[in-house]
Amino acid sequence: MDTQIILIGLAGVLASSAPIVFATIGETFAERSGVINLSLNGTILLTAMAGFAVAVTTNSLVLGFLAGALIGGLVALIVAFSSITLKQSQVAVGFILALTCRDLAYYLGNPFMGLQGPRVASLPIPGLADIPIIGVIFFQQDIPVYASFLLIIVSYVFIFKTKPGLMLQGIGEKPATAFVRGANVNRMRYFYTVLGGMLAGLAGPMFSLSVKAGWKGTISGLDGFGWIALALTIFGGWNPLRAAFGAYLFGLLQWLGLVLQPSLPNIPSQVLQVAPFPLMILTLLLVNIGNAEWVDRTLAALPEKTRKWLANILRSLRTSPPASLGVPFENE
Amino acid sequence: MKVELIHIHKHFGAVHANNDINLTVESGKIQGILGENGAGKSTLMKILSGYIQADSGEIRLDGTPVKINSPSDAIRLGIGMLHQDPLDFPPMRVVDNLLIGHDGGLFPNRGEVVRAFSELQSRFGFNIDPYAYVDTLTVGERQQLEILRLLWLGARVLILDEPTTGISASQKEKLFETLRKLAAQGMSVIFVSHKLEDVEFLCDRIAVFRKGELVGQVDPPYVTDELVQMMFGRAISLEEKQRYETCDVSFHLDHVTIEDYRLQIRDINLTISCGEVIGLAGMEGSGQVQFLRTCAGLIRPVAGEINLGGRRLTGKPYRAFLEAGIAYVPASRLEEGLIPGLSLTEHFILAEEQNGFFINFDKALATTRQRIEDFNIKGTPVSTVESLSGGNQQRALLAMLRQPVNLLLLEHPTRGLDIESAIWIWGKLKERCKQGTSIIFTSADLEEILQYSDRILVFYGGKVSPPLDAESTTVEQLGQLIGGKGF
Repeated sequence: MDTQIILIGLAGVLASSAPIVFATIGETFAERSGVINLSLNGTILLTAMAGFAVAVTTNSLVLGFLAGALIGGLVALIVAFSSITLKQSQVAVGFILALTCRDLAYYLGNPFMGLQGPRVASLPIPGLADIPIIGVIFFQQDIPVYASFLLIIVSYVFIFKTKPGLMLQGIGEKPATAFVRGANVNRMRYFYTVLGGMLAGLAGPMFSLSVKAGWKGTISGLDGFGWIALALTIFGGWNPLRAAFGAYLFGLLQWLGLVLQPSLPNIPSQVLQVAPFPLMILTLLLVNIGNAEWVDRTLAALPEKTRKWLANILRSLRTSPPASLGVPFENE
Repeated sequence: MKVELIHIHKHFGAVHANNDINLTVESGKIQGILGENGAGKSTLMKILSGYIQADSGEIRLDGTPVKINSPSDAIRLGIGMLHQDPLDFPPMRVVDNLLIGHDGGLFPNRGEVVRAFSELQSRFGFNIDPYAYVDTLTVGERQQLEILRLLWLGARVLILDEPTTGISASQKEKLFETLRKLAAQGMSVIFVSHKLEDVEFLCDRIAVFRKGELVGQVDPPYVTDELVQMMFGRAISLEEKQRYETCDVSFHLDHVTIEDYRLQIRDINLTISCGEVIGLAGMEGSGQVQFLRTCAGLIRPVAGEINLGGRRLTGKPYRAFLEAGIAYVPASRLEEGLIPGLSLTEHFILAEEQNGFFINFDKALATTRQRIEDFNIKGTPVSTVESLSGGNQQRALLAMLRQPVNLLLLEHPTRGLDIESAIWIWGKLKERCKQGTSIIFTSADLEEILQYSDRILVFYGGKVSPPLDAESTTVEQLGQLIGGKGF
């Protein structure tokens, strides 16, 4: 019985992390191409509201998700246009959009507050759902959650295993080189920024039509997830697998905070609520330990074979942002 | 492939960067393009390689007029360019660098790429690990990688922009050998440089550029004075070698050992007198930079003592070294030496000891004007440093040094500069030696080391040769030591 509760809890962690996975991977695409879309928090709130409103009005879940993707793409298009074409500061524009979209969501969402709306139903996958343990955790979810699993794999393979993915890395790393290799740098940046915005725009309806169904205005409890997704993009080293790991770790820590609270009455509940954040920072430090000079020095003392082996592991863990992140590209 | 450039014009704002250039490069030849910084060589090459477009003019390949609108057009037509700063992706693996921008298929076939790459490597005797990260390669290896990549993509015209800047003597030899091989196979090689000895040594023909115009073409045998005259419009001569040793012991290293995770330099003993110039030779990454940075107080040695004029500096912070009159001028001028975005005036304000809280701009402006004149910097007090040419940035760096300096540490003081600037800078440095400043400098240019040093230290994989007297050392001896023979 106890194990069953844990399994269902874990399944819940995967489900509630799914929107963050979408937003984080969307941002990963944009930032890999060299554009920071800082509007994520506003995008998620606005698309959550709009997705819910469209779904309620049309009674169609599909249209709700489409509305989310469309609005997310449009917000990203503003970021792309002002930073790539007008060469304005991505940070300033993104930040203002984050605030504007949030307030817009609360204002425009008033008529839909507290309405009953459609909700994505869970869809156990026949056969797979009955596998002990794994079935409960992975295969008794709803379509958006399955989509998040797929997105992690597809985006990882795309970025690291395909030629267009390599070029995407190149555009964010050294656009001048990418240009010489035949890429239309600015067009690609538009494309990936809007694509990333659309993925982030799906995160909103995933909240309002599934994970936290409904729209409750300022008490929807969605404010802040966009900022977490932005942080996870960095934690994840601009890698979908690591970003997803970060999202699940964050979800798990939050869930543990809730579950452990009754059994740890001596610890103030605030501690457990806040604990995921410092724990995430600690993880970041451990993962990026290879960046530090003193680690190199310590390694130098080890025998050659061990040193190389450890150095390779650290090297593969090490992350650095795309070198041209936030820098506009001009061909002279 | 025969390349013809006909009536090429290019303006950048008010600057006429290419004024009616006509140039023909025959296939199988190595064409040299010689000229001072800013003479218009790179502009012409960027036009030929599609990076920028000419305002007017025509390009013909094997007699057929072509339009080159982008670098990918150029490579499709068989024109590949090796840029001055290698245009590659440093944090990626070699094999992925080859793959980016290569046509065909969604999923790359890494195995096939590695095979083709190894085959090409063996043809030229290169030895680059295809799975290494590019930022672990030397500049020379990154050049080799780019050359192989361009050949792999089918380049039949190879343009090299200042390829000998920043690579070691042995890598340069290898590069020249490769270029000769390629020319013998019918490739056209265009070699752009401001280094006379490289161009004279390698090229079948030299075109000289000055101020956006092609001044003329010269065939071998070359007369250096004639080339210099064409480059600068007047004759320039090297200064006679002089020594200014005016006092006894100045800077003292006693059993110093330096450790870095890459290498270890053991037991250095060196005494430098006032006004003496020490040249550090060796392949890039053999320990020269670590040595300089130790002298500057930026790396703390693991053992040994450092003294300046009897003052113990071992283990003291960088500030103490500065106060003792030790100045360090790094090679990466814009990254470590100067602050991009700030003007010359602001740099001089930062470099001076300031009294009070507010800046006295009138005084600062006056100082800046004086320095600009003294150091012959082409720029105004409000010019930002990144808008200056490399030579003028180096002059600004030297102008910022505080008076008096006891020990001056220079990393590649004339890298990327034309001869005139280099001679001028050494003139200024020697003036300081006269006043008792000692100098330690690194350079990849053996001639420069022999010309200006009193004594030479050769570095090889963390080992240091005993000091050699520059007057009794030859380029050949130096070359052998750099290659590790005699350690």
